Amino acid sequence: MSEMAATRDGYGQALLEIADNAKVVVLEADLGKSTKSLHFKNKYPARSISCGIGEQNMLLTAAGLASSGYIPFASTFAIFTERAFEQMRNGVARPDLAVHLCGSHGGTHTGTDGSSAQSIEDLAIYRTLPNVVVMHPSDYVSTLELTKQLPALNKPSYMRTARNKTPVMYRGRESEIVIGKGITLRQGTDVAIIACGVLVSESMKAAELLAEKGINATVVDMHTLKPLDGDLIDSLASQCGAIVTAEDHNVIGGLGGAVAEHLVTNKYAPLEMVGVADRFGESGQSDEMLEVMKLNSKYIEQAAQRAIARKS
Amino acid sequence: MTLSISELEEFARKCRVEIVKMVYRAQAGHPGGSLSEIDLISALYATRMRVRPDQPKWEDRDRFILSKGHASPGMYAVLAEMGFIDHEDLHSYRVLGGKCQGHVDMKWCPGVDFSAGSLGMGLSFGLGCAVAARLDNSERRTFVMIGDGEIQEGSVWEAAMAAAHHEVGNLKVILDRNRIQNDDFCEAQMRMFDIPAKWRAFGWEVKEIDGHNMEEVMSGLDFLEATNDKPAILIAHTIKGAGVSFMENNPSFHGAAPNDEQFAQAMLELGEVIV
Repeated sequence: MSEMAATRDGYGQALLEIADNAKVVVLEADLGKSTKSLHFKNKYPARSISCGIGEQNMLLTAAGLASSGYIPFASTFAIFTERAFEQMRNGVARPDLAVHLCGSHGGTHTGTDGSSAQSIEDLAIYRTLPNVVVMHPSDYVSTLELTKQLPALNKPSYMRTARNKTPVMYRGRESEIVIGKGITLRQGTDVAIIACGVLVSESMKAAELLAEKGINATVVDMHTLKPLDGDLIDSLASQCGAIVTAEDHNVIGGLGGAVAEHLVTNKYAPLEMVGVADRFGESGQSDEMLEVMKLNSKYIEQAAQRAIARKS
Repeated sequence: MTLSISELEEFARKCRVEIVKMVYRAQAGHPGGSLSEIDLISALYATRMRVRPDQPKWEDRDRFILSKGHASPGMYAVLAEMGFIDHEDLHSYRVLGGKCQGHVDMKWCPGVDFSAGSLGMGLSFGLGCAVAARLDNSERRTFVMIGDGEIQEGSVWEAAMAAAHHEVGNLKVILDRNRIQNDDFCEAQMRMFDIPAKWRAFGWEVKEIDGHNMEEVMSGLDFLEATNDKPAILIAHTIKGAGVSFMENNPSFHGAAPNDEQFAQAMLELGEVIV
């Protein structure tokens, strides 16, 4: 069994590793134990600000800190960040203040907490905000590396992390992880699967299933949804001629939406989207949720077959 | 800056003239809340704010957050009087490309430290500025102006609770209690009952004054400056539209411009001769 770890732990570790930067401050809304920002709080209490259960205040307190030269990292569950969406829009994105918002427990993979906790729209809504960089890393190492790059970003950002463990893929490959650059994990010329977050490892499994049938798939980890790596998508459209997107997120507005927007205005290729079919989830284990929401490797493989069949 | 009471009153009168002119030229904007807040902001900037108009981003400046950002003409008039912007810039109010955006915006106007426009946001932002000052071991203070209708926003109370919890003594709030909001009198829209008791219950030091009596305004600002162990709020009882008879206590002038005739009357009442 390969190493497993949760991306939220990568976030928590990254905060410790960037703590030498005295401008880094951490804000939390009573979920530091869950988002893993509590490690920073335990070690650097003076630079940790408890906002109680008050996400709107947290986002704007962070904005005030950013306007005063600090580099705030604010976290809560992805779903609860949405309560402060207008604060993110008007108080952070509009004045272009480098507040870094992390929403953990994103997607239906979150599991047994049920649909109230399973944000399926966070990536879509933050993607609509000018100035905001949107990320959804797939594993512990890439979450760690991407978070460590944020203090130098000088732009607001939103990062979704996941509650439950996923395979660790990037040990020893840290240098490949750069904000805004998709990572090609596997090369093939028949179809390209572009995935983010917990469905990257499912996409790798799908590629294995396809290989057994003689179909060679490229798999890309598109950890940054905005700015989107359009050059990479153009080359995938040219080389493979058929594209699948895979995300634990509504098919409306997320990675699939972003790739579709790019394809129809650039080099076109048929696209099949694997994602949450515009419905809410329910309580279930992560693997059960990926099955019931039709997100796992089996469904990605089927989508790849459909995309290939649509090649002209 | 040391100004006498009569000099402060003259400072505010000149600002009132500019407020009415801005809204008249734009034929849009918010005169009522600008006129109710203006004595307070005038005294604050002219006698308390540690700022450098020729160096608006000076790191250790006091911060002023106009949370009721629709009352921007009041702030623009003061910024012009202080020399952050030229009086000519006041002609850019609500004009494409202008420094004086409809709601005060830190990306557009020198001397503005908060991009306002959505109520209930400035107090939290000011809290962040105050926490930053404390982390910096800086003496700078953060002043936040909020409206009375604005405290109907729940997020104000998130911020109020957090500021008291963190004992942010360098955070000072002025509440412009003008009793009118967009659609009607506050009493009709959402009764707020005992506002001072609410803030006290949240852990704040509270003082009430007449926000148009310059001597009381000065003693109120003394109170804010002297309270350093916990956040403090000055509840200023004001008159919406103060200084222009037909705008006073008139909900219609929350967000409406005077016509030609009304403009001439306003200038007359404010002692301004139209050339």
